[in-house]
Amino acid sequence: MISRSEVIKQIMDNITEDHLLISTTGMISREVFNHNDRDENFYMIGSMGLASSFAFGVAKSNPQKKIIILDGDGSFLMNLGASACIGYYKNENITHIVLDNFSYESTGNQESISKKIDLCNIAKSSGYKKVFELFKFEMKDLYLNNNELSFFRIHVGIDSNKNISRVVHSPEDITKKFKSSL
Amino acid sequence: MSIKAGSFVEILKSFSFNDISGVPDSTFGNLFNIIDDDSDINYFRANREDTALGIASGFSISNRNSCVIMQNSGIGNIINPLTSFNLIYKIHTLIIVGWRGYGGKPNDAPEHWIMGEKTMEYFKMLGIPFMSFEDVNESESEIKTRFNNEIQKHLDEKLTRAIIIKKGVII
Repeated sequence: MISRSEVIKQIMDNITEDHLLISTTGMISREVFNHNDRDENFYMIGSMGLASSFAFGVAKSNPQKKIIILDGDGSFLMNLGASACIGYYKNENITHIVLDNFSYESTGNQESISKKIDLCNIAKSSGYKKVFELFKFEMKDLYLNNNELSFFRIHVGIDSNKNISRVVHSPEDITKKFKSSL
Repeated sequence: MSIKAGSFVEILKSFSFNDISGVPDSTFGNLFNIIDDDSDINYFRANREDTALGIASGFSISNRNSCVIMQNSGIGNIINPLTSFNLIYKIHTLIIVGWRGYGGKPNDAPEHWIMGEKTMEYFKMLGIPFMSFEDVNESESEIKTRFNNEIQKHLDEKLTRAIIIKKGVII
């Protein structure tokens, strides 16, 4: 299975300045930071589960931008109500990506419950217009320039490299940089 | 005495709080119906208070005035976002809280007793400046003046700030 790190690398290689990216806490934000640190990235270093709610407000106030949420299975499942809200309010400029490794890897690979949960069905019934499940990731199957609320569940493996650096910017600097890119 | 929910909404609008999220509370009279119907306001019905705070924060970082309106029973749901997000990222949002169980037991229903007694303690503990509206006999003009002052302070000082309102102040 493709590694999460490889998927993030390919996403970060294909992203443009019109894409505002909001990444969830833990290894996902660290990998985004290490592959392609940019002002348009908002690293949510704490508040697990909050990335999608925050992205909702950013999306509504910046309709000319494309918003990408990089969630994990744990953080997505932590706040399903936020996804229901995103679907209800038809955020056309959001692409919500769940990198699903079926575990809480950042805290020591404890298994999550996502293996037996149909995340795509949750997205569909919440009102996401385009929903895709990618068992074998290829960049050509991941559309980053959607004009409709989109959801991608990407199956990824557990990564072994825990030695990548944390996000070095202070939270306040992350805010300043992101604000300057709007 | 007291002010009408509609007047309170007009104050929010006068400061361009056109994007609001929250979870309903009976403390505010028909305020939630008013903001849901008002074409000048985008009200986003969150399912939980942390979601509301996240949504409002997305507007705040985009330089739009935004606030959360919620009940004090939901304070527990915003502790983590406040401590690990808003306060450290300096993403400032106005939080308007309805005060159920004011004064603690035996006021209001049992589920509100503990939070009713501790409501202000949470904001003190987190170092979040707040102002309370507890006197239902306060004149309409005084209430309006204090609301205006608090909102102006929130905008001037650029800090997350709370306004805590007892039942009967807004009708």
